[in-house]
Amino acid sequence: MTRFLVPLGIFIVLVAFLAIGLNLNPREVPSPLVGKPAPAFELPQLHKPDEKFAPREMQGKVWLLNVWASWCASCRQEHPLLVDLSESKIVPIYGLNYKDQREDALRWLKQLGDPYVMSISDAEGRTGIDYGVYGVPETYVIDKAGVIRYKQIGPVTREALDGKILPLVKELQK
Amino acid sequence: MIPELGHFALILALFMVLVQGTLPLIGAARGSLPWIALARPAARAQFLLVATAFGCLTWAFVANDFSVVYVAQHSNSRLPLIYRIAGVWGGHEGSLLLWMLMLSGWTLAVSALSRHLPDTMAARVLGVLGLVAVGFLLFILFTSNPFERLLPAAEDGRDLNPLLQDPGLVFHPPMLYMGYVGFSVAFAFAIAALLSGQLDAAWARWSRPWTTAAWIFLTLGIALGSWWAYYELGWGGWWFWDPVENASFLPWLVGTALVHSLAVTEKRGSFKNWTVLLAIAAFSLSLLGTFLVRSGVLSSVHAFATDPRRGIFILILLAIVIGGSLLLFALRAPKVGLGGSFALISRESLLLMNNVLLVVAAGSVLLGTLYPLFIDALGLGKLSVGPPYFNSVFAPLMVPALFLMALGPFARWKHASLADMAKRLRSAFVAALVVAIAVPLAFGQWTPLIALGLLLATWIIAGSVVNVIERVRATGGGLLAQPRSWYGMHLAHLGIAVFVIGVTMVKGYESEKDVRMEPDDTVSVGGYTFRFVGVREAMGPNYRAMVGELELSKDGKVLRTMNPEKRQYLSSAMPMTEAAIDTGLLRDVYVSLGEPIDERAWSVRVYHKPFVDWIWGGCLLMALGGLVAMSDRRYRLKKAASARVVTQGAAA
Repeated sequence: MTRFLVPLGIFIVLVAFLAIGLNLNPREVPSPLVGKPAPAFELPQLHKPDEKFAPREMQGKVWLLNVWASWCASCRQEHPLLVDLSESKIVPIYGLNYKDQREDALRWLKQLGDPYVMSISDAEGRTGIDYGVYGVPETYVIDKAGVIRYKQIGPVTREALDGKILPLVKELQK
Repeated sequence: MIPELGHFALILALFMVLVQGTLPLIGAARGSLPWIALARPAARAQFLLVATAFGCLTWAFVANDFSVVYVAQHSNSRLPLIYRIAGVWGGHEGSLLLWMLMLSGWTLAVSALSRHLPDTMAARVLGVLGLVAVGFLLFILFTSNPFERLLPAAEDGRDLNPLLQDPGLVFHPPMLYMGYVGFSVAFAFAIAALLSGQLDAAWARWSRPWTTAAWIFLTLGIALGSWWAYYELGWGGWWFWDPVENASFLPWLVGTALVHSLAVTEKRGSFKNWTVLLAIAAFSLSLLGTFLVRSGVLSSVHAFATDPRRGIFILILLAIVIGGSLLLFALRAPKVGLGGSFALISRESLLLMNNVLLVVAAGSVLLGTLYPLFIDALGLGKLSVGPPYFNSVFAPLMVPALFLMALGPFARWKHASLADMAKRLRSAFVAALVVAIAVPLAFGQWTPLIALGLLLATWIIAGSVVNVIERVRATGGGLLAQPRSWYGMHLAHLGIAVFVIGVTMVKGYESEKDVRMEPDDTVSVGGYTFRFVGVREAMGPNYRAMVGELELSKDGKVLRTMNPEKRQYLSSAMPMTEAAIDTGLLRDVYVSLGEPIDERAWSVRVYHKPFVDWIWGGCLLMALGGLVAMSDRRYRLKKAASARVVTQGAAA
């Protein structure tokens, strides 16, 4: 009879894992890209669509890439924090304007303040796919060698900023 | 008032399934006829009550009753009527109610179409279905009541997710749920057989058409979802190995194994324990799929708002239903005798290999889906598993399965001769080899993968053709005299071959271009030329759209105008892409509108996708094969004949 108990045994193990899984937050899963070079792209700038931007221009600097869109409600939530951060000049923030209409995006920045050194239009979301974006907003910390070191999924919070992002940025800037 | 009526009907339904899930089972165990006789009326009453509840919720949607929380969250007064109806299953609560309606529907079907079953067997099957319904009704009533009121009422609703406002998505969830829930019938038959100890050929014959029916719906449901992703997401992909997709694919793989293993149990009496285990597994995986989707344990593009209380409830339900049935299996399986013996080369062993391959494939998909969760739970870090894993594990498992598929129909039961099969299939293999070498060369690019795909597909098709010719010659009765279940098998196998051709050709020869276009610019892809005419604005019922106009031509001849759209839904301001597709038997030409770059120019993406529709055509053929097999005469035997089989089975 023992061999007929095998399926039950496997199932009990599975249930145990599912029960633990219920108490974990899958949203914390970092991108598989953490530790890997930031995917290359060349996209038009939001303010000057005729000019392009590519991440290789940032070689030698630590920078944040923040994925945002005017249609995204959580982006409003994190926005004041980003504006604060940009005023402190600790680290340059670049915005990846994701699946957005240009006019809407520009209006949004005018209304709420523009924390970005530059925003880049990823109108079709292709670059977003390369970066494994699965919800806006997301924020990437990219080091001097162009390697992604951290990914914040969902809005940047005060805790995430002080607890993880800024200490990491300071260390990478050394 | 009407929402309260629906709520009340649901509570009554709970009491009804409590009766249906207990008394007939006890009656069957004790041989008490009046209690056994309760099963059918209870099943009917249950359906009536659940259908009433579902009707009430639909009414609330149609009448824009925004004093119901669920309606206010998933509808809007400007939403067209068809999407107000589809909105009923646009969210968690309504999806569960739809799940429940399907379960009641299947239960009703069993109660109506089980006249040829012994009454005790029917009572047990309906009893088990009743117990499953108890779990789901409790879940709906305690954690996910769709009739909850919102006081004061909302002025207007929040609108249905624009992604769901699409004809494909109106039908995708009901089809998928019909498949998921349909496996509950095979499950109930298996549990009933374990309870009664009557695991025999008659049991396999009873559950076969039900299993096939569920499998048909699941096949169609998955195909619809994949087709929807193809034309709606705007970048031409058709399968993403997303956890929620995997959740629907797992029961399909195990269900396919079950369809085949039931054949062995019916014809040869072998694999009984294995078949029972597969029937339990297919339904368990359907439940697991529901759990994964509804609990938020895994992150996925199908992001649903989740409530941890619901997760715990489904998990407990899962533990009771699956754990209980596996325990019953462990207690009863040792007493089940072995069936007829068979040689290493025989139809049985070929079907066994099919089963092993399908189950291992399902296991590897399950592992890939749950791996991030395991690693996280063990505190070993967080990671995600993507398409590279699934493609590299899944494809090698399917190659031998596809190769053996052509062989199966040629093998005799019990003992077959490899030399004989090789001789009969020689011409089929030569045909496959010729196609694999010649066709890619004709398309201008030969790669081993394309050749392999075409080799396997042609091998299956040619094998079926040879098998049909042989059989018609041998029996002398002509094409129409052959059993329908045999034709059904060949049709379904043909469907797989067509599907493989679609996947191979699209992966091998598709081309795409991403360009900036101004009026009168042209771009060519796969021999087709698009001329960009311009973009105009248009109003939909609840959205604003930018409608592009492109002129499609080939060899200088204008074929048609294509109108891809970019929509902005008024209530959610979410942009949606509507691709324009010119569908053809041998290729799709696909264009989607990107973003405006400046006053005149837009970014436009064009694709040429050879044979892509064969992917879904193959699924349709598989479903059709199932339908033909189900209509086989032997499933419609008179009660007397099947009762005789039962007594024989019991004696054996």
